[in-house]
Amino acid sequence: MTLTATAPSRPAGTTKPRRRRSIRSYWRFYLALSPFYVIFIVFGLYPVASTILLAFQKWDGLGPRTMVGFQNFRFLAEDSTFWLALWNTVVLFVMSTVPTLVIAMALAVMLHSAVRFKGVYRIAYFIPNITSLVAAAIFFAAVFSTNFGLINSILRSLGLPTEDWLRQPWGIKIAISTMIVWQWAGYNTIIYLAGLQAIPTEQYEAAKVDGAGPFRTFFLITLPQLRPVVLFTVIMSTIGGLQTFTEPQVMVGNTGGTGQSGMTVVMYFYQQAFFANDYGYAGAIALSIFMLVLLFTAINWKLLGGRGRQ
Amino acid sequence: MKSRIRWPGLIMHVVLAIAGLLCLFPFYWTLVMATNTTSDIYRYPPKFTFGSQLDDNIHEVLQNVAFFSSMANTLVVAVSTTLLVLFFDSLAAFTFAKFRFPGRNALFVILLATMLLPAQLGAVPQFQTMAAFGWVGSLKALIIPASANAFGIFWLRQYFQNSIHDELVEAATLDGCGFFGIYRNVALPSARPALAFLGIFTFVASWNDYFWPLIVLTNPDHLTLQVALSSLNRSHGVDYSMVMTGALMAMVPLIIVFVIFARQFIKGATEGAIRG
Repeated sequence: MTLTATAPSRPAGTTKPRRRRSIRSYWRFYLALSPFYVIFIVFGLYPVASTILLAFQKWDGLGPRTMVGFQNFRFLAEDSTFWLALWNTVVLFVMSTVPTLVIAMALAVMLHSAVRFKGVYRIAYFIPNITSLVAAAIFFAAVFSTNFGLINSILRSLGLPTEDWLRQPWGIKIAISTMIVWQWAGYNTIIYLAGLQAIPTEQYEAAKVDGAGPFRTFFLITLPQLRPVVLFTVIMSTIGGLQTFTEPQVMVGNTGGTGQSGMTVVMYFYQQAFFANDYGYAGAIALSIFMLVLLFTAINWKLLGGRGRQ
Repeated sequence: MKSRIRWPGLIMHVVLAIAGLLCLFPFYWTLVMATNTTSDIYRYPPKFTFGSQLDDNIHEVLQNVAFFSSMANTLVVAVSTTLLVLFFDSLAAFTFAKFRFPGRNALFVILLATMLLPAQLGAVPQFQTMAAFGWVGSLKALIIPASANAFGIFWLRQYFQNSIHDELVEAATLDGCGFFGIYRNVALPSARPALAFLGIFTFVASWNDYFWPLIVLTNPDHLTLQVALSSLNRSHGVDYSMVMTGALMAMVPLIIVFVIFARQFIKGATEGAIRG
């Protein structure tokens, strides 16, 4: 087990090896890396490759698989439930991500200039993020419920009309996105705060000398400097948002609630695969979710200028 | 920093405090619901203070779901996943960070690419795989696929690169330390903060996982906490006090873990975002 001075453990960064070594002498490194790759191939790569194949097949899970070409996708294109689920997903994504990031940015800027209790705020803001989605979804369903929900109690005490939130198409979306905002605004605040703290002070001093006001300073210095961090949060929100499942599934059930207005694409995938046993079709849905994530990530990357441009 | 944007101080502090209270409010309200009867909550105006029903509500929860066995299952899954992730990820990350070998760059690119694959995409074939292995309904189906991940390797690798000097590795080699010896004696001790973050992160994620356990845990007697909780919600949706008590019981362990490690965890989470 002892390695000599010319051993493979030559630290990274030094130049060419003195002697060509047989590939077998590197076995320790490959052994050290193997758990990840074995697990990835068996539980990551194989299922995904298999799903891609499945998307072009018809299969009920028991009988033989038959190749059907693009039939699943043609079906998908005409499936109004799929389009509804897609619409719901995008609407939920926008309704939750925009407020989340705007609130997070405002809180981060304030927290950045706050002197006291920074540590306490950080912990308080982070706590919603580590709470279980299921517990939080049950809580928000209770708060938005019709008869005794807290929201309706407040509305009633203000003399305003109450709403049957979880039985109204828009009410369902409001309840779900409120929950997402609650869970993620604090997390993004902490991320933005860290980004703000990394901006060099000189730039602010220069802006001050030039007589820039707080808003000009924010839009001309803070925001451009934060670009990579904003890009990170937008991409994370996109990936998470397009895969929304737990919140609506717990709050309004597998059907997506009234008018299926809480049905997301992942819920539809889940339903087609594990209830309808239409595995080929589910595969086509899964593939479309993946394409969607890639597309949105690429759009965000372009819009926000990626990492290279500053 | 002197020249920050100046907000009217008082307004700023009020806004920050309200945001903090809104973040914490659901926990308070959960506690209120868990300590009262459902009819107390039904009342208008609703009761805002703690009651004395917690014992009864807990009793109800225990009667409706196998709470302790779900909790034990969740604990087994979260602890084993965390330990395996820490071991496998750190071993791979250290190898990538400090050694050269044929195929290193290609393997690392593959590793990065895997982070783009959404997990749900493979749920159907993965279920088939589990069925072929005879793991459906077993906790193995949750632990093994999650036991190594690209995120952790990527994250730890950056840490190893910055915190362990090449000279140290060379010195250990000259002292006759083998690869695994260096890993154990040099890499692991120096990476404790990074391992702590990855450990808490993995534990929390595993504890809260819902999608995959919902699919693969088919036996109602062998659920994890999250799945048990959702079934409690589904079948007893009206008795909110009891359901909220269940929710409370499911999150208390996590909140305790978080409060103990909060600083480390937040530091780790932000580092990933800023550097990543």
